[in-house]
Amino acid sequence: MMKTYLLLACLLLAAFFTSCGGDDKSTSESATQDAAQKTVADPEKYDPKRGEGKFTAESIALSDKIDDAKAKAGEDVAGVKCTSCHKTTTEKLVGPGWKGVTSRRTGEWIMNFITNPDPMIDKDPQAQAMLELCLVRMPNQNLTDDNARAILEFMRKNDQSK
Amino acid sequence: MKNAIKIAVLTGLIAASGLQSCKQKNIASAVSGDAASKVYVAPGKYDEIYNFVSGGFSGQMSVYGIPSGRLLRVIPVFSTDPEKGWGFSEETKPMLNTSHGMVPWDDLHHVQLSKTNGEVDGRWVFGNANNTPRVARIDLTTFRTQEIIEIPNSGGNHSSPFITENTEYVVAGTRFSIPPDDVNGDVAIDTYKKNFKGTLSFISVGKEDGKMDIAFQIQCPGVNFDLSRAGKGVSHGWFFFSCYNTEQANTLLEVNASQKDKDFVMAVNWKKAEAYLKAGKARKQTVRYAHNTYSEKTHSATSEIKTEVLVLDSKELKDLCYFIPCPKSPHGCDVSPTGEYIVASGKLAAVIPVFSFDKMIKAIEAKSYDGEFEGIPVIKYESALYGEVKKPGLGPLHTEFDANGNAYTSMFVSSEVVKWNIKDLKVIDRQPTFYSIGHLCVVGGDTKTPTGKYLIAYNKITKDRYLPTGPELSQSAQLFDISGEKMKLLLDFPTIGEPHYAQAVLASVIKDRSIKIFKIEDNKHPYATKGEKETKVVREGNKVHVYMTAIRSHLTPDNIEGIKLGDEVYFHVTNLEQDWDVPHGFAIKGASNAELLVMPGETQTLKWVPDRVGISPMYCTDFCSALHQEMSGYVRVSPAGSSVPIKFGTGVTKQEVASK
Repeated sequence: MMKTYLLLACLLLAAFFTSCGGDDKSTSESATQDAAQKTVADPEKYDPKRGEGKFTAESIALSDKIDDAKAKAGEDVAGVKCTSCHKTTTEKLVGPGWKGVTSRRTGEWIMNFITNPDPMIDKDPQAQAMLELCLVRMPNQNLTDDNARAILEFMRKNDQSK
Repeated sequence: MKNAIKIAVLTGLIAASGLQSCKQKNIASAVSGDAASKVYVAPGKYDEIYNFVSGGFSGQMSVYGIPSGRLLRVIPVFSTDPEKGWGFSEETKPMLNTSHGMVPWDDLHHVQLSKTNGEVDGRWVFGNANNTPRVARIDLTTFRTQEIIEIPNSGGNHSSPFITENTEYVVAGTRFSIPPDDVNGDVAIDTYKKNFKGTLSFISVGKEDGKMDIAFQIQCPGVNFDLSRAGKGVSHGWFFFSCYNTEQANTLLEVNASQKDKDFVMAVNWKKAEAYLKAGKARKQTVRYAHNTYSEKTHSATSEIKTEVLVLDSKELKDLCYFIPCPKSPHGCDVSPTGEYIVASGKLAAVIPVFSFDKMIKAIEAKSYDGEFEGIPVIKYESALYGEVKKPGLGPLHTEFDANGNAYTSMFVSSEVVKWNIKDLKVIDRQPTFYSIGHLCVVGGDTKTPTGKYLIAYNKITKDRYLPTGPELSQSAQLFDISGEKMKLLLDFPTIGEPHYAQAVLASVIKDRSIKIFKIEDNKHPYATKGEKETKVVREGNKVHVYMTAIRSHLTPDNIEGIKLGDEVYFHVTNLEQDWDVPHGFAIKGASNAELLVMPGETQTLKWVPDRVGISPMYCTDFCSALHQEMSGYVRVSPAGSSVPIKFGTGVTKQEVASK
């Protein structure tokens, strides 16, 4: 009997969270996004290493060497669009600190997430785990592909420094 | 006892069913069974049509979805709007400036969508201020008022903002004739005939940027100019204005301006006016009028006072203006899709006269005149008349057209819409409106190729159409299906202000132009803060500028000290978000001009003059995230002359003494 109640409570809680997510402003926006993005929504095909978006390991082809100019460009863009919420240390502000992020996630996952956050927050297990911690959906900051690549380079450089 | 209860219940039931069936009968008599499905727009789906509706005495313009009748947006134009900060933020205040100073509330009457080749091109929508004469241009990528120009030599801008078929000009005809601005207006009111003049203004519109400029004005006899329409197709190059009070009365117009059997439609050859202008026939007149523009790059408005206008004289310059007699105080003056027919509605007349452009031109060539009125030829009524719609109803006002050669005229006094055929002038159908229709709108109803399908009636009287809300009611619009022979009432929906004219266009013409955010990279506001690193507090004498950023879910800086009594504090808030529909608000306790609302990538400024020593909280007013309630901060206000230094920050408070 106790177990049944527990199960019921869990189910209710789950239902509550789902409907809560549906009320969020950002989801209503994602509902209006291109049909093209919706068609990728097949959970069977979702690759948690790559995330969802236009970037793949092949397309970004990271080299071991850091491109300093690119990293500087990334730092500048981040100064306008990212660092209000993310520190470059491990400290959480609104979102998680960036230190170590390039070893936790692949480059393509990071670039996909920062350019296509809403669909990924809706299905990516790691992004959802972060949402439970931070409680703020990461906004789409309308980064260009070049912006996103430069920010990744800045993160890589940030992770190399002590 | 039991029986008594039974009887009572039964009586109640019977009474209830009686009431219900009675009500259903009423609805059924006006609305057919499939009306609900025709106006139902499922959740998440879009309406088929944008309907731009004048907000009347609210001074704003509203946007409705058709067929649902849902209110999509109120665009602030001629009145302050606390919801959007319009007229409250430092950036928008100059938009309401006039030669009389700031006018916080006006009366927006008519709406015109910009056109190319006589079709709606989806770029801009214009509105007129009827009280302090102005014309506004609203950009349809942002749905914001971008420009407002004041009209000199005018007493009330009613026959406006009607436009030519390629948006060459927006016109503004004065409703009230007055002495011109450059003469001594301190004259006896009963010298109307001698001293009062009517002015028609032609405002040019920049082909690319839409920038408005008063190209020229035409000085006309003192009468009341009511409504107007540009010629199109065959009549392109002409403009038609309805005139009443040709009696030139200056008091009790209700009686004194209704004496004559016929007033006039004035036909203006604006191509001829352009030629006279080129030939240097215009007189330079010294006037004062405000021209206000809002830049989406600097997110700020500027107001400039201009001092000169070029005036053409309708009496001296021949072949510029002609009068066509028109029965009893014409109101609407509408041009058919081909441009051949001009429908003028004498609002006190028993017929609707339809004039022929072709006949009018021939009459001018043959000089088929009936004398002159103040030096302007009066064309013989019969020489310009195509025919009359007989017994259309009472109080004809406005006419719009469909794609099948039909016209729809609103009848104020008999409270109905009358459908009639343009060719044979026979009435086809009439439907009652609830109550007392003023303007009406057919989708694309003033274009060369109307869309038709729906007609919307804007009624002047609401009475019992909705649940009562005290003495003051919202206005009542009604949607009709006009795809068949008979018009079918589909829906009632409430509107803001008192809508005068409205225009409707297929959503596809506009919706993909709409932008979602302002790009932060393009923000050229002088006080923009692009990133938290740039946030600062700068003192310049007793002015303190706060360069503040807002992003979910904090303000930076959120702790500010060193403000003193006697300071003027300017909060320049930049919203760093770059996502659709994530505005942030800003409010601080005691601010006499209230709040800000800042769109993604935009900077807006709130001026705050603290009136007491202490701690003033500030916060975001637009629910932005789960931590919205945390998006707040404090400002410390010290006494005048205090030595508390400027300090600010979010998280760790850094100290930075103002340099200037």
